[in-house]
Amino acid sequence: MPNTILHKAKLIPGQTSKLVIDAPLIAAKAKPGNFVILRVTDKGERIPLTIADVDAGAGTITIVYLVLGKTTALLEELDQGDDILDLCGPLGQPTHIEKCGTVICVGGGTGIAAMHHIAKGHHMAGNHVVAVIGARSKDLLLFHDELTAFCPEVLVSTDDGSFGHKGLVTEVLEDRLKSDDSVAEVVGIGPVPMMAAVAKTTKPFGVKTTVSLNSIMVDGIGMCGACRVTVGGEVKFACVDGPEFDGQQVDFMELRQRLASFRDQESISYEEYKKSHG
Amino acid sequence: MAEKKKKIIPKRIPMPNQSPGDRIRNFGEVALGYGREQAFAEAERCLQCKDPKCVAGCPVEVPIKDFIAKLQDQDIEGAYEVIKTTNSLPAVCGRVCPQEVQCEGQCIMGKKHQPVAIGRLERFVADEYMALSACDQITGKPECPLIDPDNKVACIGSGPSSLTCAGYLSSRGIKVSVFEALHEPGGVLVYGIPEFRLPKAIVRAEVEALKEQEVDIEVNMVGGKTIEVQDLFDQGYKAVFIGVGAGLPRFLGNEGENLIGVFSANEYLTRINLGRGYAFPEYDTPPFPGRNVAVIGGGNVAMDAARTALRLGADTVSIVYRRSQDEMPARKEELEHAIEEGVRLRCLCGPLAFIGDENGKLTGMRLQKMELGDPDDSGRCSPVCIEGAEEEIACDLAIMAVGTGPNRVMLEATPELGLNKWGYIVVNEETGETSIPNVFAGGDIVTGSATVISAMGAGRRAAKEIANRLLGTSD
Repeated sequence: MPNTILHKAKLIPGQTSKLVIDAPLIAAKAKPGNFVILRVTDKGERIPLTIADVDAGAGTITIVYLVLGKTTALLEELDQGDDILDLCGPLGQPTHIEKCGTVICVGGGTGIAAMHHIAKGHHMAGNHVVAVIGARSKDLLLFHDELTAFCPEVLVSTDDGSFGHKGLVTEVLEDRLKSDDSVAEVVGIGPVPMMAAVAKTTKPFGVKTTVSLNSIMVDGIGMCGACRVTVGGEVKFACVDGPEFDGQQVDFMELRQRLASFRDQESISYEEYKKSHG
Repeated sequence: MAEKKKKIIPKRIPMPNQSPGDRIRNFGEVALGYGREQAFAEAERCLQCKDPKCVAGCPVEVPIKDFIAKLQDQDIEGAYEVIKTTNSLPAVCGRVCPQEVQCEGQCIMGKKHQPVAIGRLERFVADEYMALSACDQITGKPECPLIDPDNKVACIGSGPSSLTCAGYLSSRGIKVSVFEALHEPGGVLVYGIPEFRLPKAIVRAEVEALKEQEVDIEVNMVGGKTIEVQDLFDQGYKAVFIGVGAGLPRFLGNEGENLIGVFSANEYLTRINLGRGYAFPEYDTPPFPGRNVAVIGGGNVAMDAARTALRLGADTVSIVYRRSQDEMPARKEELEHAIEEGVRLRCLCGPLAFIGDENGKLTGMRLQKMELGDPDDSGRCSPVCIEGAEEEIACDLAIMAVGTGPNRVMLEATPELGLNKWGYIVVNEETGETSIPNVFAGGDIVTGSATVISAMGAGRRAAKEIANRLLGTSD
């Protein structure tokens, strides 16, 4: 499988890019909520990335990544026409989607891209999808147009107030929940503190809350347990039991700590990379 | 040559090893292998029994007597051809089979003296042959049977059972595609068994040999996710062999088990073996650096993890095992190597809880002391808790090597597969066929974790049946 990059868009230059990849076998099976594992070089590390969009007809999948370490920096070096060495998927349990009414999909940072695919799934199932997206500023906001294309409501918040509500996505979410008691589900994808805050916000409303976890993974197929997370007091593997779980049950503190397991080595890798690449 | 009355040579030729002092500083192979003179001298010890018992001890029925006869004639290529008639992975088996309970366990020499070192000879033949094969490329490869592209079989997983199945079928003219979930073929041979016991180059060479028989190996193909059984039949495959292993790591459910520093042996070893973590940061996958390491478990995987931790520079490595040393399921040789290298045994205790600091990092472990009770179902004395006897030890890395279970990814996608109460696939013992017609299974996904060679035996058994059906033969 060549896994050729058919299209690359630098969404936030130097930080975040979108790749449309020729991967017909994965595209044929991928559903909202699934992720892929990829490797960029033959000495590279396997990393998981949530699938942001799928075009089964064209045989393509879309991924969006934030450059925050060596592997994503290597990925950022690739251009249209280049191949991704290893690409494996679709992995994980797909999002549970049924026709249920109004669904609020909350996305923060790069998580907006992952949320996009789930929002689309809910839309296709006939749900009224409210997208709530946030970033530090307007320039850093992803997928606004893509979401506007099918979501009847797209609510925005920015830290600096350059677009939409000035403040946090959770404030927008809380307002929206207060104004409408028919919301069937809230989906939250983004940095761990944001997902924890989403769960905290929805709790008093008693609305079903789903979060998608970005644990460290090695194989992504249930073989190693790197991604284990405590959900409702039980140990789950995010790669095969998730990556989506009930936000009220996830031990976010543990998740945050476990994400730091290899922080020292990650910075060694990245620093060496930066040295050798100017 | 084999006619003359054999002289009894009681002792086997010792295996040259890297010294413990040297080897704990590298990931090079511990056992260095026989040279020609050593191998020929060892081959002379074989009595060429009229009624050899050794073959009966081999799950893939290697014609042991015949290949050793070739070695007695110093015909290495001939010996290789004999082995290859039944064994697709001789360089692997020569290294990791528990010969002491298989072929060598049955050897007549072993009744009064030391058994013939069959495993070492098998390894010698395979290694020599591979070293020679550069020549072979020039002089022409051994002739392959014509592969019929329409008579095709899919193997899911690329561990020992699938590779054996593929080797058997392709040598009979059947087109085989092997689908591997990870980015490198070999299954447990690549992600599980460390370099110092089974160099990855050996696995690659065995896989290359299969590719020469026109076996297609497709990596990054997850059985049950990227590709499902029905897809394969739709694509014209006439049979499917499932050899996906038992890759789900078990934990014990102890308090603190998710602290940073508590790992499954699978993760710890996969990072270092598949990910080449021992060469970090040249390779990107980081290993977890532990100074004081506790490995929980007493099997071969525990030994592999403990010896790996030593090589990565740990100050102390202890094996924590709930029974006594005599009950350990690890091969004696592995245990001896581990002890030689400085691994400490902390027997008759098991973990009660893991202890961590405010950042969620492991700092120690609370242990329950045990004593031996009556034998249990396994025939080994069972561990019994000594009420109130607890101990706390300091450790910053704890590796759980307490067994594995069936990985559900493939099974959940194929709900028609009949499973037993432990969740493993039920097969017809003679044919390896599952509850789905023309879908076969073998290896750890059928038996639960066992040896490489028993998985290979299962791959071969299924392959025989598949070949019979596809070719209308019976051999």
